[in-house]
Amino acid sequence: MKGGRILLGHGSGGTLGHELVRDLFLRHFQDPALARLEDASDISLADEAGRLEGQVVLTTDSYVVKPRFFPGGDIGRLAVCGTVNDLAMRGARPLYLTAGFILEEGLPLADLERAVRSMAEAAREAGVRIVAGDTKVVEHGGADGLFINTAGVGLVPPGVHIHGAGARPGDAILVSGAVGDHGLTIMTHREGLAFESTLESDCAPLNGLVEALLAAVGPALHTLRDPTRGGLATTLCEIAEQSGVGMVVDELSIPIHDAVRAASELLGLDPLYVANEGKLVAIVAGPYAEAALAAMRAHPLGREAALIGRVVSEHAGTVALRTLLGTHRILDMLAGEQLPRIC
Amino acid sequence: MTQAALRDPVLAQRLAGEILKMAARPVRLMEFCGGHTHAILRFGIRARLEPKVRLLSGPGCPVCVTATADIDAAIALAHLPGVAVATFGDMLRVPGSRSTLMQARAEGADVRVVYSALDALDLARRELQRQVVMLGIGFETTAPTVAATIREAAAEGVPNYTVFSLHKLTGPAMRAILDAGEVRLDGIIGPGHVTTITGTQAWEFLPEEYGISCAVAGFEPLDILRAVRSLVLAIAEGRPRVTNDYPRSVSREGNRVAQALMAEVFTVESALWRGLGRVPASGLAIGERYAAYDARRRFAEAFAGVLYDAPEPPGCCCGEVLRGVLEPTECPLFRRVCTPAHPVGPCMVSSEGACAAHYHYGGAL
Ligand code: SF4
Repeated sequence: MKGGRILLGHGSGGTLGHELVRDLFLRHFQDPALARLEDASDISLADEAGRLEGQVVLTTDSYVVKPRFFPGGDIGRLAVCGTVNDLAMRGARPLYLTAGFILEEGLPLADLERAVRSMAEAAREAGVRIVAGDTKVVEHGGADGLFINTAGVGLVPPGVHIHGAGARPGDAILVSGAVGDHGLTIMTHREGLAFESTLESDCAPLNGLVEALLAAVGPALHTLRDPTRGGLATTLCEIAEQSGVGMVVDELSIPIHDAVRAASELLGLDPLYVANEGKLVAIVAGPYAEAALAAMRAHPLGREAALIGRVVSEHAGTVALRTLLGTHRILDMLAGEQLPRIC
Repeated sequence: MTQAALRDPVLAQRLAGEILKMAARPVRLMEFCGGHTHAILRFGIRARLEPKVRLLSGPGCPVCVTATADIDAAIALAHLPGVAVATFGDMLRVPGSRSTLMQARAEGADVRVVYSALDALDLARRELQRQVVMLGIGFETTAPTVAATIREAAAEGVPNYTVFSLHKLTGPAMRAILDAGEVRLDGIIGPGHVTTITGTQAWEFLPEEYGISCAVAGFEPLDILRAVRSLVLAIAEGRPRVTNDYPRSVSREGNRVAQALMAEVFTVESALWRGLGRVPASGLAIGERYAAYDARRRFAEAFAGVLYDAPEPPGCCCGEVLRGVLEPTECPLFRRVCTPAHPVGPCMVSSEGACAAHYHYGGAL
């Protein structure tokens, strides 16, 4: 497979297509359901005793990131983590994923293999199975290299009710670690912006961290969100709006790595508005804030977790940010796109 | 000094306290640079110092000051067959008199977003069958990089690269605002990145000719607060002067290499500014030596139909905002009709625009 490229024939039902499935997808994903090569795979949501308890949740997302490979991750890892995290943010245990690939004619096979290998690794990390897949090849120019879609099924344990409208006045707002890493890594590695830096994407499956949180505080965990596109600021605004509550966040308590700060100043970007792929915001009943924080800090993906603010009943739907000078300003959603500065 | 140290809340509070104590009377300062406007609002500096110290935003957003007619010309260029216009992303949605570059792209014009002029030159090298025109936007900060690409293209003999230079100079704009006399100003917060290139010498005309002080600032909260303190002190002492409050990057002479590069490639001409009109000796056109790399000369036909007295978008007060005459919040369209998602004027489009800054960071509870 070395040195080869994707040809239109890889998308047809013929020999080339079969080779691709066998030598690449099946080899890396290693799943018995997938290996049976049926038109649809059998999956079970029941436990060992054959009982199905809890709520089934389903989600899907498409991944078109550019560059395809970046420090800390790649499009394959992102495609698994993103969908796993969407399930985890409902308190669900992610169980099964499907993977759809849109390949542009001419894509180096090595690139595809690298992405598929990291999908398999990320799936193992998250403990999910990739049980169904599809591949389409489009003509050169019909897509930009490699697009991946994943759908995911998970099971929310009985008694867990985590949703965007769950925040209540008095709740604590926690973030699982430093924000801005993924977005700034991508920005700086796009054409022309690469400069010396220690930036790395935080791309990671968060279901383990969520399990730890649930074990520690159970029903005191009201809302979970992963601040992907639009960043922390947009996520907080969404929760405030959905829950009909206000929030007061202390700017100084938001963890941000030095390299992210430096790069964002250079580019004229605000780290509160850039994407994260391995962080979560947890809204927890006030008295359980310390326990939740301790549980997160004990987990490898939550070591830098911090309490950043409180949910209040005033100014419903609005997030107030306390600045370093002690003044307050409204923290708005991201409108439009964040672009690097000219001046 | 590390960035964290430049955001030390205790020091910041102490500086703010000193400034308010020192300001004997209310003072009005203008921050030239759009980046400063953003930082001042984002870090709560403006709210902390008001009403004793009023901070007004100035014309320092390169996208915002680009004239409607020049946007029209850029759109006309992009519609020429075989021509690709390369531009910074912020320019895409800036309204010309009838359209935007983004609309032109949707209609089939070839418009490419680049992060630097070097990307545009690479594009030309890669796509030899296309004529690549870089939209040269920006002040003394971006002009040297663009100049470097022109020199590189000439040295290599890249046949399909030109620049539509709309580069502007900050000093003459400041002069134009002061000469108009519409706003009373007690001091100027000098632009940090621009002054890295020009040196603080570029601002010495302010105390000498206009009797007002200028303090050059970086973009961290303590940088800005220190510059404000310098200005308030100079005002209290009645001794107008230029101070360098960004010494980790700014010197009196500036970046000689960049200055020489600009002088080699560009000649100083009058330029059309949104809000300020035609300002003498405020633009950088491509000089004779590199005339072959001047899009104005190579594609003269695209400029034939451009109206140089095209009106501003109706109701938009960007001109007044850029001169410091109106606050963005005083524009009747602000937030009601004009938002970053549906911008009416360039000051709401650009990430450095004053209206965008007030929209994102100006909201008080
Ligand atoms: S708010 Fe909009 S319409 Fe008003 S001045 Fe600013 S950009 Fe122009």
